[in-house]
Parts: sequence; structure tokens; C-alpha cells
Amino acid sequence: MKTDQLIDMLSTNVEPVKHGQLGKALAWALVIGGAASFCVMLATVGLRTEAAGGIHFGFLTLKLLFMLSVIGTGTALLMKLIRPGQEVRKLFRFLFLPFLAAGFVGIVALALQPSSAWDRMILGTEWVTCLFCIPLFAVVPFALLIWAIRKGAPTSLKRTGAIAGLVAGALGATAYAFHCPDDSLPFMAIWYGAMVILCAWIGARLGPWLLRW
Amino acid sequence: MDVRSTEPELRALMIAGLNGDASAHKALLERLCNQLRAYFKGQLGRFNRGPVEAEDLVQEALIAIHTRRDTYDPSQPFTPWVYGIARYKFVDYLRRTKTSIKDLPIENAEEVTAQDDRTHVESSLDLEKLMAGLSPKVRQAIQYVKLDGLSVSEAAARCGMSESNVKVSVHRGLKALALQITKKGADHED
Repeated sequence: MKTDQLIDMLSTNVEPVKHGQLGKALAWALVIGGAASFCVMLATVGLRTEAAGGIHFGFLTLKLLFMLSVIGTGTALLMKLIRPGQEVRKLFRFLFLPFLAAGFVGIVALALQPSSAWDRMILGTEWVTCLFCIPLFAVVPFALLIWAIRKGAPTSLKRTGAIAGLVAGALGATAYAFHCPDDSLPFMAIWYGAMVILCAWIGARLGPWLLRW
Repeated sequence: MDVRSTEPELRALMIAGLNGDASAHKALLERLCNQLRAYFKGQLGRFNRGPVEAEDLVQEALIAIHTRRDTYDPSQPFTPWVYGIARYKFVDYLRRTKTSIKDLPIENAEEVTAQDDRTHVESSLDLEKLMAGLSPKVRQAIQYVKLDGLSVSEAAARCGMSESNVKVSVHRGLKALALQITKKGADHED
């Protein structure tokens, strides 16, 4: 085929492009993905029971703050990653802040308690549930995010996959926070942080395969 | 050609094209085609690949630029966007043909729009064969709207489809063509 022929073809009947479609798709993926995660949480482990002390708003707020800041930065990054030629290095640095902050408050909380209490603070009562639930709750948001990203043109597939996994993991952890019976900062820093990073790692492995165009 | 002189011009053409100006869009693709050819030839030269492969990549990149033009943010410079797509397509080509990218030096964004190459070679792609791989509905939509130049409403009347259905079919069809080119490239080399 001659390239002139292709150009003629591409420039016949050019439709005007609607702006903001990519952002809209991403927003829908977040909203529906978050809602789906929450429903999966309700259907499996359920809200935190009264027997476990009911919902403790202070700790719930901290967990949500941690996760929402990851979701916020991650989404801002995705908005850039789906457009070729955008500068992302600066935003990447912000991504470490929530994890550093959570790690820091976790260490401070441990330092304020005698070492005999550390086991209970770190392992809590349900660390195994947390381990399974966060990646499970992240599945639907991840699929939806991949669908939205495929509408764009990501040029660095591993990195984009990783951020999609990170945001999906954080959405999963947000849903899990409504069940989580463990009110401990080190618990939050270690298990929430590790599971979200695990989701990012899985996303990075799947990215080149799912996002190629 | 100096980048600083092409950037504002190309960007203006791109923005006009995004608003539905077909002649601006055509002018843009014609300009880019020469620049992309020079870029891909330069890159492929390091791996001892010829002008036909370069032309395949030019066409692949042009289709990508067209079908993914909604990813360009008009408030941003245009050259890095084109460079991002060209480089992605080149790296993807190396990956699918299992060429090592270890020796690939890091280039500047300007490289894409820095030079022109007007030597036209036919690519190895056969439009008719590619079209045969599409579903009948999509093929018909592409034939009427993109090859015969019928308006969307005329094509919709002939196919018995709604106008938005025709638009969606055309868009899907172009993306499917691009995908077939990508796959064909892989078969070609294996």
C-alpha cells in the first residue's frame, strides 16, 4: 500500500473529536470499580461487626486517608500516562509520600508501646484475611481501569500497568477498611501498604500484555 | 528543518483537525509522514533494516496518530506527543521482531520532527487483504466513508445502520486495521 493512499483514507470524512472522553472513562472506572469492591466486601466478609467493637471512626478515617491519597495521586498519574509525551517524573515522587507517612506513624506508634505489645499491634487479629481480601477486592476495579486505559495511548506499559494495579489495590483496601477489625497504625502501614504494593507489582507484570496497542 | 519552526504549524494543523477540518488533518498527516519516514529509517538503519520496514512503521504510526488523536491535549506541545507515539511503535516493533533494544540510544524528542524524507516506497501492507480480515459490517462502513468518500449519513442510509453506528464501525475498523498490521509485522519476521 502507498502511504499517500492511506493518508487519503484517513483524512476522508474527519469527525471532530470530543474532549474529555478519556477522563470520563477513567472516572467511571473508579466510581463503578469502587462500588463493586464495596459490594464484594459486603457479600464476603461484611461490615465490621458490633462484636469487633463496631466501626471505629478515628482509625477508619486514617485508613481512608492513606488509601484515598494513593488513589488521588495514582489517578493523576494515569491521566498523564495515557497521553503520549507527558512529563510524569515529578508526580511519581508524590506517590511515595502516603507510604512514607504511614510507615512513619506506624514506627512512632510502636515506639510508644512496650515491645511486648508489638506482636498484637503488627499482626492484629485478622492479618490473613487482609492478605486475601485486598487483592480480591481489587480485581473488578483493575479490570475496569484497564478498560479505561485502553481507550488512551499508554506508551510505557509496565509503568501504566503498575499504577493501574496500585489504584485498584487502594480501592480494594478502601473497601476492606470498612470490615477491618484491627485498630493499629503499624498494622495499617504494613498490611495495607504491602498489599497495595503487591497489586502494583501484579499490574506491572500484566501491563505489557493487557495494554498493548 | 528546524523544530521550533514546525511545532506551532503542526500544532495548529492538529488542533484544526481535531475540530473536524479534514484538509488540515490531511496536511498534517502529509507533513508527519515525511518526518516519520526520516525518523524510522534512521532508527532502523542501526539494525540493518530496510526502507520497506520503515514504510510499514510510518503507516502504523499514521494510523495510530489518527485513531488515538483524542489523547492529544491541545494545551500541551505537539512534538512530544508525536514522538511518544513514534517511539512506542518503534519499541513495539523491536519487541515483536525480537530485536534487542539494549543498543538503542536515548534520543531527543526533536528527532522525530527534525528531518524530512520524501522518498516514497510502498509498504508491504496490502489494504485489500487487510480489509478482508474485517467483519462485513465494519468493512462496508470503511469502504463507504473512508474509501468512497460518502458522507456518514449517506453511508448510514446505504448500510441500513444508524449514523452513530457507522461512526463507531469506522473507528473500530481503523483500530482493527492497525492491529492487523501489528500482527502481520510479527508473522513477516518470524
